[in-house]
Amino acid sequence: MSMGSHGIKDRVAIVGMGCTPFGEHWDKSTDDLLIDATQEAFGSVGLTKDDIDAYWLGTMGSGQAGLTLSRPLKLDYKPVTRVENFCATGSEAFRNACYAVASGAYDIVMAVGVEKLKDSGFSGLVGAVPPHDGTNVPLTAPAMFSLLAPAYREKYGVSEEEMKDVLTRIAWKNHFNGARNPRAQFRSEVPKEVICASPLVAGQLGIFDCSGVSDGSAAAIIVRAEDAAKYTDRPLYVKALSFAAGPAAGPIDPSYDYTTFTEVVRSAEDAYQQAGITDPRSQLAMAEVHDCFTPTELVLMEDLGFSARGHAWKDVLDGAFDLSGDLPVNPDGGLKSFGHPIGASGLRMLFECWLQLRGEAPPERRIATVGEGRSLGLTHNLGGAPGQCVSFVSIVGASPG
Amino acid sequence: MAYGAYVPYWRLQRSAIAAALGSGGGKGTRAVASYDEDATSMGVEAARLALRAAPAGVTVGTVLLATANPPYLDKTNASAIHAALGLPRSTVAVDAGGAVRSGVVAFGLGIHDETPVLTVLSDVRTGLPGGADERDGGDAAAALLWADHDDVIAEVVGGGFATDEFLDRWRVPGEVASHVWEERFGEQVYLPLADDAVNDALKSAGVTAGEVDHVVVCGVHGRAVRNAAKRIGARPESYAPDLGATIGNTGTAHMGVALAEVLDRAEPGELVLLLQLADGASAFVVRTTEALRTYRDRAASTVAAQIESGRDDLPYNAFLTWRGFLDREPPRRPDPEAYYGPPAHRSEAWKFAFVGSRCTECGFVHLPPNRVCSSCGAVDQMEPVPLADTKATIATYTIDRLAYSLSPPTVAAVLDFDEGGRYTCELTDVDPDAVAIGQRVELTFRRVVTAKSIHNYFWKARPIRTAGGA
Repeated sequence: MSMGSHGIKDRVAIVGMGCTPFGEHWDKSTDDLLIDATQEAFGSVGLTKDDIDAYWLGTMGSGQAGLTLSRPLKLDYKPVTRVENFCATGSEAFRNACYAVASGAYDIVMAVGVEKLKDSGFSGLVGAVPPHDGTNVPLTAPAMFSLLAPAYREKYGVSEEEMKDVLTRIAWKNHFNGARNPRAQFRSEVPKEVICASPLVAGQLGIFDCSGVSDGSAAAIIVRAEDAAKYTDRPLYVKALSFAAGPAAGPIDPSYDYTTFTEVVRSAEDAYQQAGITDPRSQLAMAEVHDCFTPTELVLMEDLGFSARGHAWKDVLDGAFDLSGDLPVNPDGGLKSFGHPIGASGLRMLFECWLQLRGEAPPERRIATVGEGRSLGLTHNLGGAPGQCVSFVSIVGASPG
Repeated sequence: MAYGAYVPYWRLQRSAIAAALGSGGGKGTRAVASYDEDATSMGVEAARLALRAAPAGVTVGTVLLATANPPYLDKTNASAIHAALGLPRSTVAVDAGGAVRSGVVAFGLGIHDETPVLTVLSDVRTGLPGGADERDGGDAAAALLWADHDDVIAEVVGGGFATDEFLDRWRVPGEVASHVWEERFGEQVYLPLADDAVNDALKSAGVTAGEVDHVVVCGVHGRAVRNAAKRIGARPESYAPDLGATIGNTGTAHMGVALAEVLDRAEPGELVLLLQLADGASAFVVRTTEALRTYRDRAASTVAAQIESGRDDLPYNAFLTWRGFLDREPPRRPDPEAYYGPPAHRSEAWKFAFVGSRCTECGFVHLPPNRVCSSCGAVDQMEPVPLADTKATIATYTIDRLAYSLSPPTVAAVLDFDEGGRYTCELTDVDPDAVAIGQRVELTFRRVVTAKSIHNYFWKARPIRTAGGA
């Protein structure tokens, strides 16, 4: 963690949010999704597009430049910054929007994320690659993340069958949560036997170990913390924002063992420092983490400090991160069940914090930890692959201080 | 001075052809270039084996590639071999292509050069499904290194040639299979040509057929080859075993592969008569030297060992798919991407010869070469480090069932190299179910994919196959 990273704890707050349902929106364009998410956000706090001083738009591949947002919304010559940071794109839009308010440059800003993945017709993610020399193995995303499983098994002496149970448990839990979320892409519980027997995609990963390819958009309105009361009596205060882009040394450094994301460890340490968190497992009310594939969520439990090294697989099997567990993880269903429209996902995670920490989540998936007095939520958003990724961690809370 | 033969891992049982088509096929097996191999990539493998066994300090002055199945036309294929071997820019790289007969350059041209000449013979042979060419053909490569040197293991002591123009076998560029004339016509033309070439070769060597210790007869016309062999009149035990039963007729490569097989077991001071029938006849007499005795200690892999180490259960449908005769439904993924010329040229040593960089400050090895040290942060303190011949250990792996491949699933592994350095490589010639952390692998030069008419050559890894073990 850098000596110069001071954070902006309690200096800005979210006062309004919107999030479209995620899924296969054959009848909606990127423009439609942006309009739907921003309209909901405006409506949640009684503002219009003209009340917003500046916009940050995150999309990985559904458009270029600020025009992607200003054109469909017919913005009145407002500044729109388009950002891209792999699958952490939505979080990056949010982070930069927060800093703009904290700096004093703007009074009220919006962060929007969007992705329209289904129109391409491809299975899984497809990224645009700059001209290259043809020496990278063009592995798919599930294959890259599946590298974690055998390495974790080897390091901690977990059998292949035990690992399958652990990964299945993670997918089952996220489907259980998603079944209680009307905005999720997959809204039904899936029996463990079905998950376990699903066709293999890469390594040990079956179809049910992979997040949903989907369309969607989410948005947040951010103001100075001292102004928040003008817009809502239940703002969400930003406690920490941290971002780490690694040297991508994992694929070339034999000391990297494919059982951790160093970028996550570093960004989490920085975020906890900013927010003053010393024991995340007991202090956080919930966490939305980047469960792009089930082994990712397993490893994240250790990288984020929720489990001791080598113990996450047991904690998962014990139900520690279930909706009713002692630290609910992905209560909205996560990428697995809510779906993963790249640019929108980071803001979607914040949307669940917005609902849960402010007591607005529907009763069927409301987490008990909030009622027990915990008020902090964590979002974790990751882009890239094991050993070569970017990682974002935020902490938000329902009350200042 | 050195030689290497490369027999690909896969073998097709000829009975599999009849099982699928209801006719055709036959007995034995044929060698099959994998889906990611062609004449150039197999040529690299053979050349690596030859150079590995060559005396230290030899600099190749010329690379000649002979093949009847060149991966590129209007572009030299030998230049990729030159790059993969990391040879100096001043080394000449030339193709002798088009017909099986071009393989004679391995004996006829190279030896007269002043600098060491590496002749590479390589071929991928097939024909229409159910036909004789498909059944009898085989894929392989051989490389022979010629030089005026104390450590010469065999020398050409005689040669004879006969040339004639007649329609026996032909193919127009772009066609996927060759045409052949009626068999008995070719036989009648070939036999006198063979007699002339053999007689001239023996005469120029000053020996008789009875004095020859090893006889190799090969060519494009099976019946003529069999009968020409009988007419030579050499001692029965001198005839080399018929590789047709195990690897098939490997076309342009065959003379080199067969000579390698003989040299694998020949004694010093023996005479080898080679006869090739292809648009005429070419005969050579080669004498082995005392140096052959010590050569075997450093030879990497014998032809017999490679035949033995392969797998002979290639499904016929995979064979057809690999050779382009069965167009299979692709996954719902983007078409494979072609590489780009400028970035590939900038990284030529990396892409073609697997040369990384080693930090001179701390020793950390980077694959591909980096300018900033990943370990100590030093900038531009790097030296090149060639790692193509370094073995590696699997750190973790995956089997990608979604990625596009002519031979799914794609198997890939994170490899830690014995001399330092890590890279994620695709695995080939591998049983996906047998991959494990800690497994030992070696690199092999492959044609990874062809897109937009661009062959993407790069290195893959395979379970250790060459002699010398893990």
